[in-house]
Amino acid sequence: MLPVLRIRNLVKSYAGATGRPVLRGVSLDVAPGEYVAVMGESGVGKSTLLNLIAGLDTPDAGNIELDGAELTALDDTTRTLLRRRAMGFVFQAFHLLPHLSVSQNVALPLALNGFAQQETDARVLHLLEAVGLAERGPSRPRELSGGEQQRVAVARALAHRPRLLLADEPTGNLDQESAGHVLRLLREQVTAGGGAGILVTHSAAAAATADRVYVLSVEGLRERQT
Amino acid sequence: MSAHLLSRDGLLARAAFAASLIEHPGRSLLAALGIALGVALGLAVHLVNRSAANEFTLAAHSLTGEAHLVVRGPRAGFDEELYPFLSRLPEVEAASPALELEVAVAVAGRSEPLRVLGLDPFRAAQVQPALLKDIAGSLQELLEPDTVLLSRTAAEWLGAQAGAVVHILAGSESRSLRVLGLLPEKAYRQRLAVMDIASAQLALDRLGRLNRVDLRLRPGVDLEAFRAALGAQLPPGVQVATPETEAERGASLSRAYRINLNMLAMVALFTGAFVVFTTLALSVLKRRRELALLRVLGVTRAGVARLVLAEAAILGITGAALGIAAGHFLALAVLERFGPDLGAGYFSGVAAGLDADPAAYVLFFALGLSAALLGALGPALETARTAPALALRSGDPERALARLRNTWPALALFAAALAFAQAPPLNGIPVFGYLSVAALLLGAVLLAPRLAPAALALLPARGPVPLRLAAEQLQGTPGQAAVSMASILVSVSLMVSMAIMVTSFRDSLDQWLSQVLPADMYLRSAPAGEAAWFSPEDQARIRATPGVKDAGFLRAQNLWLDPARPPMALLARPVDPANPERVLPVTGRWLVPGPGEPPPIWVSELVHDVYGFGVGRVVELPLAGKNARFTVAGVWRDYARQNGAIYMERDVYIALTGDRLANDAAIWLEPGRSTVEVEAALRAALGERPGLLMTETGELRAYSLSVFDRTFAVTYLLEAVAVAIGLLGIGVGVASQAAARRGEFGMLRHIGFTRSQVAAMLGIEGAMVSGVGVALGLALGWVISLVLVHVVNRQSFHWSMDMHVPWPELAALAAVLLAAAAATAIASGRAAMSMDAVRAVREDW
Repeated sequence: MLPVLRIRNLVKSYAGATGRPVLRGVSLDVAPGEYVAVMGESGVGKSTLLNLIAGLDTPDAGNIELDGAELTALDDTTRTLLRRRAMGFVFQAFHLLPHLSVSQNVALPLALNGFAQQETDARVLHLLEAVGLAERGPSRPRELSGGEQQRVAVARALAHRPRLLLADEPTGNLDQESAGHVLRLLREQVTAGGGAGILVTHSAAAAATADRVYVLSVEGLRERQT
Repeated sequence: MSAHLLSRDGLLARAAFAASLIEHPGRSLLAALGIALGVALGLAVHLVNRSAANEFTLAAHSLTGEAHLVVRGPRAGFDEELYPFLSRLPEVEAASPALELEVAVAVAGRSEPLRVLGLDPFRAAQVQPALLKDIAGSLQELLEPDTVLLSRTAAEWLGAQAGAVVHILAGSESRSLRVLGLLPEKAYRQRLAVMDIASAQLALDRLGRLNRVDLRLRPGVDLEAFRAALGAQLPPGVQVATPETEAERGASLSRAYRINLNMLAMVALFTGAFVVFTTLALSVLKRRRELALLRVLGVTRAGVARLVLAEAAILGITGAALGIAAGHFLALAVLERFGPDLGAGYFSGVAAGLDADPAAYVLFFALGLSAALLGALGPALETARTAPALALRSGDPERALARLRNTWPALALFAAALAFAQAPPLNGIPVFGYLSVAALLLGAVLLAPRLAPAALALLPARGPVPLRLAAEQLQGTPGQAAVSMASILVSVSLMVSMAIMVTSFRDSLDQWLSQVLPADMYLRSAPAGEAAWFSPEDQARIRATPGVKDAGFLRAQNLWLDPARPPMALLARPVDPANPERVLPVTGRWLVPGPGEPPPIWVSELVHDVYGFGVGRVVELPLAGKNARFTVAGVWRDYARQNGAIYMERDVYIALTGDRLANDAAIWLEPGRSTVEVEAALRAALGERPGLLMTETGELRAYSLSVFDRTFAVTYLLEAVAVAIGLLGIGVGVASQAAARRGEFGMLRHIGFTRSQVAAMLGIEGAMVSGVGVALGLALGWVISLVLVHVVNRQSFHWSMDMHVPWPELAALAAVLLAAAAATAIASGRAAMSMDAVRAVREDW
């Protein structure tokens, strides 16, 4: 079966006088329905890897394919449109728009992808029910707790049924109970939708919710055997 | 649920705009107000000027009727024998002779000018058929001596109806004219009196003289070819022009003044664009993570740029709409209350209604919108360029502003400003001078982010905690401080440059008055008009009057060298060619013509600039119907006559023309004599002379300076508005940053800061940012004043002046601005300060 994400020999160095290499020959395949975790020390390049996969940055060498389409050959606008259609994001700092309601935040990717209003309404309702926030649709993000805000962010990330979900330390700002809730939610939604997910985390407990765990270090990306 | 959702565009718009437009309506309104003020002033000045200029054009058309060409002579006129010559030309179908003069008329105890047009009604009817219809009822009576028809404007002004008597001053005497009736209101809206030409020649002491003939040509005549051929046959000093040229000439009188007023209004709009820039630059900085998130979610670079520009468009449309409405009503109020004269005296005597040209409304709306979009361009492009991954993670908005520290664009603009300042005017308008000012302003704004860190580094590191915190805040955010100070830098530099220019002009005028008014008192045959004088006998009586030590007489005529320009003044008075600087404010080098060379003339700067009369050049001037050769011996400064002036020795003038009349007399008193007793003696010597004006030199100076101040009153108003808009920029800047720093204020309140300490900190920050802005504005203002004085003013009005910097006034202005900026900062940050401290600290965004 064709992997959702296929990475080969990815190389990236930071610009500047030092030209410090961050990623050296990283390769990774993620199959449909698969949910993988990437761990590693701070500064080793986990977020850089996510940015490259998302097309927010470009590699110095190597290939990234999403459903067989080569990302690195695309221009910025085409990458942006692909990201809009096929990817979803969850951030450590939630990044909800404070002046939109909870419902409107979740609806944002659907609006960007041209979903009809009726379908958008139904999808938003479904997702908010799925994350346990059906009653909070009209609320503003500031009225929610940190765990609730991150559940809204998960709902937003999954709203348009992306092929690939990227989560960067999604539980970094949450207490243990909320973190557990969010991690379960992420896994359920990714695997149920038939897409793939990459979870970047420091937490071994969080990583344990994934199908496979990779460790990123200066030597490269290696799968951790359990 | 769906009630809470929006369409795609609505959702995106809400995502992008909500923070500044919906959630901060006050701040958005301030930015829109910056645009509105600029648009309102620009539109109002344009409408008032246009209404006045339109009246001029209508007046010119009503007087020329269906004429194809107008032949004109100087004030002294030409021999009426020219009329039969013109009327018999085969190309001419009809010719209408005329005598057109301004005469002094008594109104409410003062002498004022009234235009008198002497016509042959039957000849005029052939060129102006409408006129015959208008005056048909009074035709027979109009042929009687000393009768006039008045325009309604003149009748209302004089308070005279049919049957009334109007007293005019002609030569040395007063004459009474009987008012037969009124001219139709729509056709003749200026102050005008129409007489039979023979009556006019008699009443105005111009027997055998005309100064105008209107020509209607036969069908098929090549107008331009005939005009050129006729011009070559006319006596020296007589010109032929089309009615269109005549109308344009009237409007051109005030063109430079009108354009400069429009430019000042545009300055206010330009400053408004910087308020939009400050608003959006800081708003985009504050929302950089939100906008980056939109990029992550799939909005393209062009898409986020469009969102920022759309936000500016909403501000621009709101501001422009408010400004259009305010400008319309302001123009109506000005015309109603003050008439179309904006202070310079160009349009006195013109009654104008509002000429509401739809194109002007569209133009100023578009200008307002463009100013807002221009202000947003930088923030929009910066937002589009920003890497979303970096913006999502970056906690330091200063990094986004680091790109602004590139000095090359600023240096390139300064080089362009220098090059523009050297360029000549375009069609008499200092277009490149204005471009030079714009390049200096833009260059300085671009240089501010580079200069701000250096200037802010000098702020004190000691003192009370609010002071230290304010200094540290600004030193830590020099980029944001530079953005906040953009509008105050622009407005202060413009105000300072105008203040230096006006002071330089006023002081130069003061010095000029000292030089051109050396006598103890002055006599004028009439305070206004062109038809009164002192005869040689009058001049002898004045010299012989007890108490008069010496008297110098001046004869004022005019010369017409270019039919497209208004005539220039010819002034004949005693001048010592070896020492002209004793009576004339000569600039630069002068020469004394050698034996056998043509006699000297001294030309004003306008004549030097426009007609190319350089020192040493030999030129021909039409005098008494003949051309005479003169040597240009020097150039002098003339602030009194805006169409140019030439001085010549009176003896030379008399020898060439035989004209011994004089219009003005300069009187030097014997020691110990007072002006009061000599004035009484002169009145006794000259007898009853209505309109005779005697003025002590001090009074004349004070009057001249008061006219100057009145002329510049409107410019002070425009400058004040520009500075008010600049203060709006400070308010917007502080409000934006204060909103972003609510967490910081909350934390300070947690650790024991009082609200007043937070307020003091904000006030100090506002004053410090403004202090740096004002200091840079003072320096930039001085540079811009050099361009205004030596380029814009010289090319607009052809007046040179010496630089004078009003230091005490500028220091006072700086102090007032700092206080106003501190107050604005405190007021703008009040909302953020009043927030619940616990909630502020909890907030993540």
